[in-house]
Amino acid sequence: MRPFVYRRPGDARTALAELAAEPGAMYLGGGTNLVDLMRLGVLAPRTLVDVTRACSDAIEVRPDGGLWIGAGVRNADLAAHPAVRRRYPMLAQALLSGASGQIRNMATVAGNLLQRTRCAYFQDPSKPCNKARPGTGCPARAGDHRNLAILGYSDFCVATHPSDMAVALTALGAVVHVEGAAGPYTVRMPGLHRLPGDEPERDTVLEPGDLIIAVEIPALPYAACSRYRKVRDRASFAFTVVSVAAAVDKSGGTIRDCRIALGGVAPVPWRAERAEAELRGAPIAEASFRRAADAELTAARPLTENGFKVALVRNVVVRALLDLVGVS
Amino acid sequence: MTTVAARAVGTEADRVEGLEKVTGRARYAFEHPIEDMVYAAPVPSVVARGEVIAVDVAEALTFPGVIDVLWHGNAPKLERVGNAELHVLQSPRVAYRGQYIAVVIAKTLEEAREAALRVGVEYAVERHDVGLRADHPRLYRPERVNPDLPADVQQGDPDTALAAAPVTVDAVYRTPAEHNNPMEPHATVARWDAEGLTLYDSTQGATSLRDAVAPLFGIEPSSVRVIAPHVGGGFGAKGEPHPPVVLAALAARRTGRPVKLAVTRQQMFSVTGYRTPTIQRVRLGAHPDGHLTAIVHDAVEQSSTIHEFAEQTTTPTRIMYAAPNRRTTHRLVRLDVPTPSWMRAPGEAPGMFALESAMDELAAACGLDPIELRIRNEPEVDPETGLPFSSRNLVACLRDGARRFGWADRDPAPGVRRRGRLLIGTGVAASTYPVYRSACQATARAEPGGIFTVRIAAADIGTGARTVLTQIAADVLRVPLGRVRVAIGDSALPRASLAGGSSGTASWGTAVTRACEALRDELDRRGGTPSTGVTVSVDTTEENGEPSRFARHAFGAQFAEVGVDRDTGEARVRRLLGVFAVGRVLNPKTARSQFIGGMTMGLSMALLEESVLDREFGDYLNHDLAQYHVAACADVPAVEAYWVEESDPHLNPMGSKGIGEIGIVGTAAAVANAVHHATGIRVRDLPIRLDKLLT
Repeated sequence: MRPFVYRRPGDARTALAELAAEPGAMYLGGGTNLVDLMRLGVLAPRTLVDVTRACSDAIEVRPDGGLWIGAGVRNADLAAHPAVRRRYPMLAQALLSGASGQIRNMATVAGNLLQRTRCAYFQDPSKPCNKARPGTGCPARAGDHRNLAILGYSDFCVATHPSDMAVALTALGAVVHVEGAAGPYTVRMPGLHRLPGDEPERDTVLEPGDLIIAVEIPALPYAACSRYRKVRDRASFAFTVVSVAAAVDKSGGTIRDCRIALGGVAPVPWRAERAEAELRGAPIAEASFRRAADAELTAARPLTENGFKVALVRNVVVRALLDLVGVS
Repeated sequence: MTTVAARAVGTEADRVEGLEKVTGRARYAFEHPIEDMVYAAPVPSVVARGEVIAVDVAEALTFPGVIDVLWHGNAPKLERVGNAELHVLQSPRVAYRGQYIAVVIAKTLEEAREAALRVGVEYAVERHDVGLRADHPRLYRPERVNPDLPADVQQGDPDTALAAAPVTVDAVYRTPAEHNNPMEPHATVARWDAEGLTLYDSTQGATSLRDAVAPLFGIEPSSVRVIAPHVGGGFGAKGEPHPPVVLAALAARRTGRPVKLAVTRQQMFSVTGYRTPTIQRVRLGAHPDGHLTAIVHDAVEQSSTIHEFAEQTTTPTRIMYAAPNRRTTHRLVRLDVPTPSWMRAPGEAPGMFALESAMDELAAACGLDPIELRIRNEPEVDPETGLPFSSRNLVACLRDGARRFGWADRDPAPGVRRRGRLLIGTGVAASTYPVYRSACQATARAEPGGIFTVRIAAADIGTGARTVLTQIAADVLRVPLGRVRVAIGDSALPRASLAGGSSGTASWGTAVTRACEALRDELDRRGGTPSTGVTVSVDTTEENGEPSRFARHAFGAQFAEVGVDRDTGEARVRRLLGVFAVGRVLNPKTARSQFIGGMTMGLSMALLEESVLDREFGDYLNHDLAQYHVAACADVPAVEAYWVEESDPHLNPMGSKGIGEIGIVGTAAAVANAVHHATGIRVRDLPIRLDKLLT
């Protein structure tokens, strides 16, 4: 590990200024991903600007039931918050399905959103990777990609986004509050993360130096009827193979509205808009759910070794929806 | 001498070093404080085959704290020994990706690691071949397989018998490369002084490491001292010597300073051994009533181009079941891959996955209960040698396990038991492990105060060996546990075999017993302890050299219940139960830990563990604990271990068989058989990942 300067400003504007002042500086949240990448030699920031004091670690419940979550809130605290558990169970479940207790105690909301792919090539500086080492190529396409993308990837990158929490926030249409060089602005998820295209090194739409200061969850009363289902090889402490975050608003025998997002299938937390459109107004029936899943999966382009994910997504989406509407 | 009624052996004695360990005072290899210490960071090859043309150390040498950079052009010369893996930095040849080709020595670990990234290496790259296949043109029959067994054995005419058999099973089973991953990575502190070389090392055998390292440096074993009081797990990975310890000694020699070298978790996937992947074809011929007429078990495995390690994958098949016609073979191919080595129950663990899966398939083909099938094929004597078994209680284990597990009312139909979205199934498999014992020396000393000290260069790699040896000594000396000190983990102590082949307690315990007996006799002769104390020495070479007239093996039965999610294919073990016949159990507490630990590792092997080979680059890609999945607590629910009473006078003075490895054997097959029972899907290639069960 290369020597680096460590700073811990007390407010966001100072953090922005410190980052801007030092070439090669990076923000540090809980450090559960960045510090690993520094140890591996994937990243070598010359300065770390620790923003855990610059960002709020408070959770506010808005009168309409929406939430305002400080960027420095720890994953464990967010998962345990009564309003999250009651109003947005998919979010609490997603958080608790991620990592381990120790890591959730450290990881922050903003850091979780900005974590990097766990693609094995990305994490190994001795190998090519367009995301980590732009222009070097993508060995995953011909190599090991069992757990990489089936949707939204490009010739340059087939990695998946690793966050569970971000899948739930994508389904919930969370609004990310950012402090930028020109002042504050907001991004509504799924708009935070960007598809790789020919610039896989850019994971998000944020400009260098921009700082996430909060995540807002707009009120969504029917999200009280929601769930997150994560499929994984190991029963805990494993990244998702496929996951689904789903919320359903029932009206009589039909689906009035719904939210569906997928994890483990794309370079971004994947909002399943085609499935949602197919479901709105559809009768509550397994056949509707299957049609919705298939509508989303028409765009799937599995790689040689991950074709199983197509069937897996279909099964998991259908099962999550059946569970939510109480059909066994 | 004071005599006590209560015997220590057979009781659940607490670990004698338990307090030291839980309070952090127990020192592991990396933790020994030595003055003037410097740190070594190896530079691994990033090509799988070729030659190092040039090493540019200029930039690294400018880094703060850097003392030296060694590579084959400037490293001290080593003497040639049998294992070319240990000829570290002696040649420009690259035999596998990750092989050490240089090392940076610096004042701090961070400086060394950073500078290691700056060493410029130019390679003449050659096309590598890392793919194991059953039809590889370079397959050959090794002379012997580990530890020293014939590669091929045939009796009768298995081909004719198979052709004539009314019922046959013919299936290919595959196990992936697996890495041991003990909690403590390999680490060494090496120091040269006027006396010679001292190594604080994480090793399973202080004596054997000393004997391996000394000839490399052209010095007498007496000039090398290996100190390893505590070892954070090994599972075989710290049994054979590997390159890191040699590199540390080389760096210390060159710099004249004590050198610390800690292997990173990532490097453990290339330089410290692993279980070879296997491709195994099992053919069984049987009468409709299940009686076997033929057993053929052929294994294909890999080793590196610089060292032959030939795993004994099909050897358990030689002793498991009666059949007049039988053949077991091993074929090896030398690839541009890291050198495989021992991993808990090498041979038995992968081999019994195949055999015991095939037996389950045969039971279905014959319409027989799998336990009954095994009972019908129980041999009277060792089928290979014709020797009587010293004791063989496989049937007792199967019956006792069946009773405890609730096997009696099992419906054999696959794929019919549902609980919610889960398919439920149960499976059984047999386990076995040979009885090994090696010659050792030991001393026992009586002090006037009534304290006894036993010395032997044994190793406690977390098993409880130190505790069990204390119990053995206390009983022979007829004194309470608290009056006995057992000194182990140091090659300056009387020479001992390594902790491997589940032979530690048998080998060391025999020497400890004989030493304490001799001391007791000496004290009786003298009429008490003289004021200067008294010490006796023993050597079990002669006793150990007597050939046994018996086939000596431990046996066991594993039972598993699994649930498989119908939507996702996720298979999880719900219950594991093992019953073992291992002679006398010397400490039920530490024994249970060994069984449960082995079974947990077998569960992990069944469902999770797989080192993924990167064909383009030639290394194991998933080289950390986030990507290489070892079972987590949530994967391991109820695991129960029991043992049957077994009295066997043909083993050793304690009447014990080894218990360190049998727990893993059979577990993977029991889980795979349960998965078949749950789903109707027979997974013949481990691990049983969800995509193999997705329908």
